[in-house]
Amino acid sequence: MSTLTLSPNIPGADDFYAELLAAHEGLTNAESDALNARLVLVLANHIGDRAVLSEALQAAMLKEEETA
Amino acid sequence: MNQMSDKKIFEVPLYAYERSPDQDAEAPVRHKAVVIGAGPIGLGAAIDLAQQGVEVVVLDDNDKVSFGSRAVCYAKRSLEILDRLGCGREMVEKGVKWNLGKVFFDERKVYEFNLLPETGHDFPAFINLQQYYLEQYLVDRVREMQDAGARIEIRGLNKVLRVADKGDHVDLLVDTPDGEYPVQAEWLIACDGAMSPTRSMMGLDFVGRVFEDNFLIADVVMEADFPTERWFWFDPPFNRGQSALLHKQPDGVWRIDLQLGWDIDKDEEKKPENVIPRLKAMLGEDVKFELEWVSIYTFQCRRMEKFRHNRVIFAGDAAHQVSPFGARGANSGLQDTDNLAWKLKLVMEGTAPESLLDSYDAERIHGADENILNSSRSTDFITPKSEMSRILRDAVLDLSEHYEFARPLVNSGRLSMPCTYDGSPLNTPDALPGGPSRSRPGSPCADAPLGEVYLLPRLGGRFTLLTIGAEAPESLSVDGLEVDRLAVEATPDIRARYLGEAESAVYLIRPDQHVAARWPSYDAGAVEAALNRAIGKE
Ligand SMILES: Cc1cc2nc3c(=O)[nH]c(=O)nc-3n(C[C@H](O)[C@H](O)[C@H](O)COP(=O)(O)OP(=O)(O)OC[C@H]3O[C@@H](n4cnc5c(N)ncnc54)[C@H](O)[C@@H]3O)c2cc1C
Repeated sequence: MSTLTLSPNIPGADDFYAELLAAHEGLTNAESDALNARLVLVLANHIGDRAVLSEALQAAMLKEEETA
Repeated sequence: MNQMSDKKIFEVPLYAYERSPDQDAEAPVRHKAVVIGAGPIGLGAAIDLAQQGVEVVVLDDNDKVSFGSRAVCYAKRSLEILDRLGCGREMVEKGVKWNLGKVFFDERKVYEFNLLPETGHDFPAFINLQQYYLEQYLVDRVREMQDAGARIEIRGLNKVLRVADKGDHVDLLVDTPDGEYPVQAEWLIACDGAMSPTRSMMGLDFVGRVFEDNFLIADVVMEADFPTERWFWFDPPFNRGQSALLHKQPDGVWRIDLQLGWDIDKDEEKKPENVIPRLKAMLGEDVKFELEWVSIYTFQCRRMEKFRHNRVIFAGDAAHQVSPFGARGANSGLQDTDNLAWKLKLVMEGTAPESLLDSYDAERIHGADENILNSSRSTDFITPKSEMSRILRDAVLDLSEHYEFARPLVNSGRLSMPCTYDGSPLNTPDALPGGPSRSRPGSPCADAPLGEVYLLPRLGGRFTLLTIGAEAPESLSVDGLEVDRLAVEATPDIRARYLGEAESAVYLIRPDQHVAARWPSYDAGAVEAALNRAIGKE
């Protein structure tokens, strides 16, 4: 079973981050919210693995993993 | 064509009041089974019992079919059940078959779909038909059975006022145009709808969730060339911020659902002078139509904690209620009676222990929860409850116009599928290695062609041993319970639906066409044990 990658995994991280910001440039808050929502859905579909998606949701909620 | 000036089917008494000898009896007459409510579920329950030879009386406070249409969309499983009850064919003949749908968002069509139903089934995936036709066919079937001598009765204008469970029977008090009379039932089936007076009389809870929204539901008669498709709009220009649905029924009748929001004046909105402009905005100024029926609904998803209360058993909307997205009300209610009737018959005749009836609770509560889950999710998609859920919903719709991946996420109602009773106490653990998952114990049997005829009409109404490439006795009897064998050939459809990787199979099928157990070959001891388990003896 695959698990969520939480170690650095994007080559050219600065480039990617700039591209993400650029995509939002000039958008209203509502347009940016819509773009983010579409992006989440596109990425989620690409991942496709239900367990990984659940882990990603947990990670995004900044929930620490249970260690007990 | 001028059908609007004629009396509508739901305005004519279909089971007019007649004085019953019970009203003049010195002591209350006791019936084997009494059903409260002559809606689709009560009639279905009564026919199923009477087909098995059980004497049954249906009491209804009305004398007509359902006012207006209400349910329009019936799934294959309901048609299969109705076929066993003797009116599935009429439904299909009259109903509108459809497979195509379109989804609109704002001013654009975002995509189209085809349900692409699996081939090799006797009945179509779905039909659309006014609920009053279903009720009419059920009443016709009752009359036909009466003519053939069956002991089944419908008493119109018989309003149940009081219900008291006496342990070994139920006392009822019934009001009629000639006054009140008492009557008794060995078993009482309450199919008295979502507002179930029986439930209130017994002080039982009905908890769940109300969706804070209103829907205008209209049936209009029009001669328009909209195709036979399901059209669903999210946030259309003619109903901003809300949703809309257009779906065809027979006789040139179209079902229209318009979401109205929460803070509205229902009585105002229902007035023709307010309804007609809304419909014109949707259908186009030039389209000529007449209103057949209009109503405004607030939808709820809720169920009783238990459906069986000793001798009183609840079914249909009385037991559970869902929002209509996904067409699950009548469809699931018919699965209730399908599940209940054979069990009640076996308990009545003493073949099965009374505890068999508790499996009705287990199986149908599982079914109700599945329906509530699906229909709540559809409602949440159609009427987003927060700003972010609307943003995500709109993102799904925008993406669906461009990319196929997003289309399965669009939820304008997940159409009713039959329930698989996974984990039911009546199931024997799966013993067919390589058998297809869709036919695992608890599943409803999938239909398949057998030459010129079909499999399902040959199953049901009794326990059957279905054998594919396996030997077994032609019939067997276990403690008074008769089981007949049905041997079928391993055609490609049978192979795909019943064999999978296996070379041969023996299935024990329940009277409601659900799988109780399966093995690669016949073993008398194993079949006997599975049969006992399937009738609650373990
Ligand atoms: C707008 C709308 C659209 C729908 N669309 C669909 C759909 O597409 N597909 C689907 O499957 N379902 C649909 N449904 C749901 C469907 O209509 C119901 O699930 C179905 O009618 C339930 O049948 P029932 O027999 O349980 O109850 P009902 O049809 O409500 O019948 C109850 C009966 O009990 C009688 N009764 C009540 N109290 C008493 C009393 N004290 N004494 C005697 N009799 C009494 C009533 O007169 C009535 O005849 C829809 C519902 C609505 C409102």
